Amino acid sequence: MNTLLEIRNLHAGVDDGAAVRPILRGLDLTVRAGEVHAVMGPNGSGKSTLAYVLAGRDRYTVTSGEILYDGHSLLDIAPEERARAGVFLAFQYPVEIPGVSNIYLLKAAVNAARKHRGEEELDAMDFLALVRDKLTTMGMDEALLYRPVNQGFSGGEKKRNEILQMALLEPRLAILDETDSGLDIDALRTVADGIQAMRRSDRGIVLITHYQRLLDYVIPDHIHVLAQGRIALSGGPELARELERRGYAWVENGAPAEKSLPSGAAPAGRTATSTPSGE
Amino acid sequence: MGSPTFNLDEFIGQKYRQGFFTPLESDTVPHGLDENVIRLISEKKGEPAFMLDWRLQAYRHWLTMTEPKWSSVKYPPIDYQAISYYSAPKSKKVGPRSLDEVDPELLRTYEKLGVPLAEREMLAGVAVDAVFDSVSVATTFKAKLAELGIIFSSFSDAVKEYPELVQKYLGSVVPYTDNYFACLNSAVFSDGSFCYIPPGVRCPMELSTYFRINARNTGQFERTLIIADKGAYVSYLEGCTAPMRDENQLHAAVVELIALEDAQIKYSTVQNWYPGDKNGKGGIYNFVTKRGECRGDNARISWTQVETGSAITWKYPSVVLRGDNSIGEFYSVALTNNHQQADTGTKMIHLGKNTRSTILSKGISAGHGHNAYRGLVKVAKSAVNARNYTQCDSLLLGDQCAAHTFPYIEVKNPGAQIEHEATTSRIGEDQLFYCQSRGLSAEDAVAMIVNGFCKEVFKELPMEFAVEAQKLLGISLEGSVG
Repeated sequence: MNTLLEIRNLHAGVDDGAAVRPILRGLDLTVRAGEVHAVMGPNGSGKSTLAYVLAGRDRYTVTSGEILYDGHSLLDIAPEERARAGVFLAFQYPVEIPGVSNIYLLKAAVNAARKHRGEEELDAMDFLALVRDKLTTMGMDEALLYRPVNQGFSGGEKKRNEILQMALLEPRLAILDETDSGLDIDALRTVADGIQAMRRSDRGIVLITHYQRLLDYVIPDHIHVLAQGRIALSGGPELARELERRGYAWVENGAPAEKSLPSGAAPAGRTATSTPSGE
Repeated sequence: MGSPTFNLDEFIGQKYRQGFFTPLESDTVPHGLDENVIRLISEKKGEPAFMLDWRLQAYRHWLTMTEPKWSSVKYPPIDYQAISYYSAPKSKKVGPRSLDEVDPELLRTYEKLGVPLAEREMLAGVAVDAVFDSVSVATTFKAKLAELGIIFSSFSDAVKEYPELVQKYLGSVVPYTDNYFACLNSAVFSDGSFCYIPPGVRCPMELSTYFRINARNTGQFERTLIIADKGAYVSYLEGCTAPMRDENQLHAAVVELIALEDAQIKYSTVQNWYPGDKNGKGGIYNFVTKRGECRGDNARISWTQVETGSAITWKYPSVVLRGDNSIGEFYSVALTNNHQQADTGTKMIHLGKNTRSTILSKGISAGHGHNAYRGLVKVAKSAVNARNYTQCDSLLLGDQCAAHTFPYIEVKNPGAQIEHEATTSRIGEDQLFYCQSRGLSAEDAVAMIVNGFCKEVFKELPMEFAVEAQKLLGISLEGSVG
């Protein structure tokens, strides 16, 4: 399996115009093609920052370290170029765009990626056929295609719409930022099925989540716990239950000392051996 | 470090790349305005006496007027004696001799817009004797219209060939006493279009100034008069999406529309005159009076405008709803970037019974642009059961621009139903990032959002015009075609 994403000693934060407020403080993560990684952690541990940094959001500034995607640094690449190259971010809070129909954005996005790959752009009919097929999988109403992007969508519809976009764009690296939050149990199931359907040997998926419940449906290969801006603990899928039982405080207060935890065959992140000191 | 991301201010601050050097016009009468100049204009055009009399009356009235100051636009005082009021038709001596001499950026814009080669020369002001392709098109076109009894000619020709029609309708909607600029126009207007659709005739094609080769150098004081007789229909297109080159800074056009009983006139404008440079230097002052009158019952007049050019746009295409059951519509997109200013809107004057009007205004401000909607809905006592719906939406890009809304409502009939809705929104960095993270460039994202914002107005435009208008908005916001 080849390495899709390699993050080395990443320090990053939010630039408020005057200074960069540090959030990620030495994060390491390696995602190989075919793997699903879950990144868990309490509020404020830097999960969304990681997502935004990977997607290239303005003001989320890398101060040191490296992000290699397919062996190339992502740091100087514009967000749209990352997207066209196969990096996808499912937003925790999908953005509303009044006046622009959902299908218009979807088609523009798909064609931007196709153009980048040197493929012919899809015309309206071909695109409609493609999108209808994916809609059925996501259990979405076709009417959502003709409504303005995310405007007036319920929380569940917004999240499904993100997964629909992912299914259409077929990214090589998908980062899903709390896609499970705000979903009822049925919607969670549909979304999880959508994600599960995306698992492929040439695709890497990073699931960012608070809770273990999504991981009941989408069993990750690796679980990482983010605390104070770095991966404090990595392990296999069973780590989720452990966390559920003990809470994040357990990690923050030095759980990594417990060596008994089984970890995945190929530890993706750094299995921390020292307690993160209270910075 | 950090990734190179889109900077909105930089983007909207890009310079207008369609700018060009303007060679001086040489074949003109001396600067200044007096009765002799007006006599000279009328004589050179070979006008009948009634026309000269009308011009002189207008001029004398103009001398008693003062320039209006009530709008929100700001500009240095205009020296009316420094303007030359008559230009002879252009010869090969003026303007660029070929497209090789035209600003390559302008040419690239034409290319991007898909303007045919022959038309590029015309738009760029290349002094050619004739635009061959278009002449043949125009000739067949005119023959077809003549069969139906439709008159479509330059204003100058109409004055000579159809003096009784011109005399009957000229100034009947916009009298020369109407306002300062309309009055000046009445005194000195150079040329324009005249169109008459006979009773019961539906004009089979969109009439466009574009085909009107013989009057293409109408310049700054243009006059348009369109009459749709009983039961007639016409759709008229004015302007062009491609940036137009012009020497004159002040444009004071007058457009009059008359719809008789059961007639319908659709008037669509795409205005893209030179807006001036990034610092607001140069650019056209577009002070236009446009008004239509639904003179008969069940008449309908629709104005659709896409205003992206000019340093200053100051116009209120209006409808006087005199006939019972008549309908007035105003659909507008006005975009201001850099230091452009727009004070535009409409007046809907309800006089007849069961008259209805719709106003849909979309203002987009970027850079240091100022955009004002100013509209009047007036319901006279006689207008029983009048209805109006007004929607004014403003979209802001960046934090240096401004949007204003000045709605005036005067209702004298208690049975009137008036609705007014207004919204202001901003293109947020979060929206742009969302689109970028789906593979769209920031420029494409802005164009997509802006076009989405304007969709309701664009759908009122004739099809090809709508497609061009969409491209135009993208280009106007980029300030580049790259």
